[in-house]
Amino acid sequence: MGGYFIRRTLYAIPAMLVISFVSFLLIQLPPGTFADTVAAEMMESASVNEDAIRAIEERYGLNQPLLVQYWKWMSGIILRGDFGQSFIWNRPVASLIWERLGYTLILTGCAFFFVILVSVPIGIYSAVRQHSVGDYIATTLGFLGLAVPGFLLALILMYLGFRYFGQSIGGFFSPEFARAPWSWAKFGDLMSHVWMPMIVVGMEGTTSLIRIIRANLLDELLKPYVVTARAKGLSELRLLFKYPVRLSLIPFVATLGWMLPMLVSGATIVSVVMSLPTTGPLLLRALMGQDMYLAASFIMLLSVLTVIGTLISDVLLAILDPRIRFH
Amino acid sequence: METKKTGPPQHDIPDATADQTPRDADISLQLASQWQLMWWRFRKHRLALVSGIVVILVYGVAAFVEFLAPFPPGRMISQLAYAPPHRLHLWEKTEEGLKFGLHVYGYTFKTNVLSLERTFSVDTEQKIAVRFFVKGAPYRLWGLVPWDRHLIGPVDPQAPMYLLGADRLGRDLFSRMIYGTRVSMTIGMVGVTLSLVLGVLLGGVSGYYGGTVDLLIQRVMEILRSMPTIPLWMGLAATIPTYWSPLLVYFMITLILSVIGWTWLAQAVRGKFYSLKTEDFVIAAKLDGCSELQVIVSHMVPSFMSHIIATLTLAIPQMIMAETALSFLGIGLRPPVVSWGVLLREAQNVRVLATSPWLFLPGVAVIVAVLALNFLGDGIRDAADPYK
Repeated sequence: MGGYFIRRTLYAIPAMLVISFVSFLLIQLPPGTFADTVAAEMMESASVNEDAIRAIEERYGLNQPLLVQYWKWMSGIILRGDFGQSFIWNRPVASLIWERLGYTLILTGCAFFFVILVSVPIGIYSAVRQHSVGDYIATTLGFLGLAVPGFLLALILMYLGFRYFGQSIGGFFSPEFARAPWSWAKFGDLMSHVWMPMIVVGMEGTTSLIRIIRANLLDELLKPYVVTARAKGLSELRLLFKYPVRLSLIPFVATLGWMLPMLVSGATIVSVVMSLPTTGPLLLRALMGQDMYLAASFIMLLSVLTVIGTLISDVLLAILDPRIRFH
Repeated sequence: METKKTGPPQHDIPDATADQTPRDADISLQLASQWQLMWWRFRKHRLALVSGIVVILVYGVAAFVEFLAPFPPGRMISQLAYAPPHRLHLWEKTEEGLKFGLHVYGYTFKTNVLSLERTFSVDTEQKIAVRFFVKGAPYRLWGLVPWDRHLIGPVDPQAPMYLLGADRLGRDLFSRMIYGTRVSMTIGMVGVTLSLVLGVLLGGVSGYYGGTVDLLIQRVMEILRSMPTIPLWMGLAATIPTYWSPLLVYFMITLILSVIGWTWLAQAVRGKFYSLKTEDFVIAAKLDGCSELQVIVSHMVPSFMSHIIATLTLAIPQMIMAETALSFLGIGLRPPVVSWGVLLREAQNVRVLATSPWLFLPGVAVIVAVLALNFLGDGIRDAADPYK
């Protein structure tokens, strides 16, 4: 087990290196450097401060080769927690991201548990009662969930909310809590708002997992050992949960690995539509305004968190299923 | 991509030829080529068959947009901003009684002085005659054939006819959705073709040679897939300079979508190469002195061609959804290019939607296209292995 854990962790390191480098390249892609942007800004206010610009060039190594710049950016992050300067907000990036990232974690975490809690029972039910009304409803909803993009679903729900309840749904807090300090009441308010984006973000994952569990369990249920167990008089419920369900959950656990990137992806765009205070809207604004240090930090942190999440789920999977450890 | 199996293996291929006598059926089953067997199996999957027809129709629309759309996508009548859909009336009243004649009624609108909100009411006095194959705005079909006929449209080309309502500038949503079909549906095709080239090349190398190369390519694929796609796409798409021509932006977007797309195809191809390379027929071909290229092209590829087609069909809807999402956020395709995502951008504001819900309609087009392609892909995948 220890060996597997170490090997799996070592695999994650090149992934993080590549992610950080790709994020860094994003900073480089737009024409001009950060210093140019600041200079242009100063031009407009008619006072060009040469010293300030030189200080910026020095800080990010802007006149030096690409790898040096990469090193300056990365070492700033790792050693000093300095992600660079946000151009739009004129504040350090680090002061902007952590709270947003926390909300993203809450949203994707809730969506993750929603997906599991909903898809497993429905998947089992629709396999055991194949061709029943419930199965048909689940299958139809499953296909719709596959074809309706998350942002469209969010829009439709918001439209219905506005049309029939006369209020715009969206955001994470009621107005009276938005700027209030943290308290249990504020937490409760957050929980009463988080369920809808949670369902929207989790929809795609839920429907695909239902289909996977259903298909796997259907394959399992036709195997001779199930027939034998039934012939020996085992009760239906025991028969179901003793082996077939457990076996059909193995491919399911394996899919949890790619579930996380998918949820983070979905949360980004749904948050933009529903104006949630997660990373999504800020990332979009940063990208639109070519505020590249902010945008790149977001993309890097989201990806790194996803890699860590996948790592955790892989290790959990190895604990559950010994065959993986020895593979 | 998950591996989905539908229920028990079916041994029911002979039914496909139920219209023949049993003995004929047996013989034809034994003589049938692999593609024929696949077709028989596919044909039994009703939903996939219907979806296939829908997909063909949608691509048909994409091919003839200029003819099918009543108006050019940019035509606007600003007084009629957010005009609701016109009802198409079939019968008109004349002195001799009811007579067949397509027409719509015009609108009169009142502007609320305080809220500046406009309320439209149908004005039965203004009758706008509508005909099939009507002369309208001239265009060049596929940029070549000059023509001015439109499938349906008002007799007077200047008159309004909003079958699916109008948008914020008084442009015809119906025409714009038809124009959007071309961009949205082809972006999936072009993107998938790019992914195919990359996927088959890298997946093939990875599966055929194995060893270090395989390990390396596997790792790259894993890393790419562990990144959340939408933030990555957003980052890449936002760096496309705004002054680039729409065509260039279009190709950049497809390129960006294929950055992730190729990994799934590569995985499928790799798996097939991996399992096939120890098969007897491949070894026999090698012993016979076939060159490596020959073994791959004429012996291995034909045996998993159908699987690749299924994977491709299932990849197109992913691309369509991705383009829609990016354009909706405003960092994908940009006006004046018309795609379903660009159209849905108009539907961003809930207050606007509440008064003009028809702006959702491009979303319906996305859902129909994605569902049809998914069902078709599922059908092809089930049919791909007709011996099961």
